[in-house]
Amino acid sequence: MSYVIEGQTGPWEIVVGLEVHAQVVSQSKLFSGASTTFGADPNTQVSLVDAAFPGMLPVINHECVAQAIRTGLGLKAQINLHSRFDRKNYFYADLPQGYQISQFTHPIVGTGTITIELQNGDTREIGITRLHLEQDAGKLLHDQDPTKSFVDLNRAGVALMEIVSEPDIRAPEEAGAYLRKLRQILRYLGTCDGNMEEGSMRADVNVSVRKTGEPFRTRCEIKNVNSIRFVMQAIEVEATRQIEIWENGGEVDQETRLFDPGRGETRTMRSKEDAHDYRYFPDPDLLPLVLEQAWVDELHAALPELPDPKRARFQHDYGIPFYDAGVLVAEQAVADYYENVAKGRDGRLAASWVTGELFAALNRTGTTIETSPVSADALGKMLDLIADKTINGKIAKEVFEDMVETGDSPDAIVERKGLRQVTDTGVIDSAIAAVLEKHPDKLEEYRSGKDKLFGFFVGQVMKETKGKANPALVNEALKTRLDA
Amino acid sequence: MSLDLATTRRIAKLARIGLEDAELEATRQKLNDILGWIDQLAEVDVEGVPPMVGTETEALRQRADKVTDGNCRDALLACAPETSGPFYTVPKVVE
Repeated sequence: MSYVIEGQTGPWEIVVGLEVHAQVVSQSKLFSGASTTFGADPNTQVSLVDAAFPGMLPVINHECVAQAIRTGLGLKAQINLHSRFDRKNYFYADLPQGYQISQFTHPIVGTGTITIELQNGDTREIGITRLHLEQDAGKLLHDQDPTKSFVDLNRAGVALMEIVSEPDIRAPEEAGAYLRKLRQILRYLGTCDGNMEEGSMRADVNVSVRKTGEPFRTRCEIKNVNSIRFVMQAIEVEATRQIEIWENGGEVDQETRLFDPGRGETRTMRSKEDAHDYRYFPDPDLLPLVLEQAWVDELHAALPELPDPKRARFQHDYGIPFYDAGVLVAEQAVADYYENVAKGRDGRLAASWVTGELFAALNRTGTTIETSPVSADALGKMLDLIADKTINGKIAKEVFEDMVETGDSPDAIVERKGLRQVTDTGVIDSAIAAVLEKHPDKLEEYRSGKDKLFGFFVGQVMKETKGKANPALVNEALKTRLDA
Repeated sequence: MSLDLATTRRIAKLARIGLEDAELEATRQKLNDILGWIDQLAEVDVEGVPPMVGTETEALRQRADKVTDGNCRDALLACAPETSGPFYTVPKVVE
């Protein structure tokens, strides 16, 4: 069932397109040699180019171009071998040049697609309209002085990729899935760190509503939403506002709005009359950006394995379900960890340990996959101990907890605690004898047909052997003994 | 092509040029003269010529991704009309 909002006149469909600004991972800025490190002292990472001193000329950063190409390839998009830079003119205190160098008519990357996955397991293709390179602006601080705004130009001139989607998104959930997927791809590619809290990924959200089957109605743009949750909230709030206007016989004005998460509303930022007229024109300081197909091919060949193909490979190579494979490829570091554990071992068992015990341990100890107290190598060795029947699955949990706590190797823990699995049938038989002796009543009940008690006996025998008995052997021996 | 007064006012506003009403008509005429001059280009027959933005034949030169610049805050701020500590300051702008 597709997502609709019920109005007084019936259901409304929402239409959403996203413009994501993703800060490019690079050492220096798009057109200057100043550093891009986040959180530096104000105005220390500013060159004369960034501060727009007269006579300064921009020179493009080769790596930023490479990052845009990699991202385009990761989005299965067309790479334009000829592109250009334009000036987007507006006056604002965070923009020393009075214009932003951007790409308007000839972007470096053309149409592509992202496949998103929804809660119910459905997948959808969302079109990418384009990706272009542009400069970030500086940062304004408004809370330092009653009458002044403070300007920090450290971010001014840092490279951004603006990634524009088609208006293909039809539900807040899809917008969330799109952003998560895009962020995942960017992180895999290493082209943007995707950190929305630090502002290295920001979204502008275009929202309109319509009755099913209608052409598009007027849209509003919600600027600079800085978390996936807020994007989803903003869409719902804005769509509801527009429906109310249409249903009361009004007209939605095309305008730029801001989302206020505290109040759960959007409000006008600037209306059409004040709308920017950017007066784009080709930047005379910059020649056309011309790429060699050979270089694009080289970058393509060096791309890392992306989440979708990796997921398919995990399913195929390790025999794990689609869902589990999705969890494991969500972050590249987790995928690498899993693969180190699973290689040459039982892939399903490895998946259940990584997504189960390991994730729980990371959570509990406040660590990440990178700082995990148990290395992939150590977890793998522990699985080997299960495979060669040195320990059983239950004891393995105890060993694992010890590994988390002490960092010891599984072998050492098994020796130290004497956890080696009991496979000596003599020991198991005498444990069974002891249990049956202790519970003659239960034995009676079992023999008079209460089959369910079998589990009880297994439990008692395991207890008798302090959990170390091989469960398969216990089952077998018990069955023989009880049914005798 | 001919500009009216309203468009002239709007262009001035976009360019952040403050025009008195008395200056408006003269500015409109000057701009129209410029536009008229540029309009001569329309006489050129460009049938079959693809759109172009320049006659350059070179491609953009690219530089290596190295930090080679920055760390000149004092020099930068010394040129600013107004500063406070490590910041430039401007009249408060809040959207």
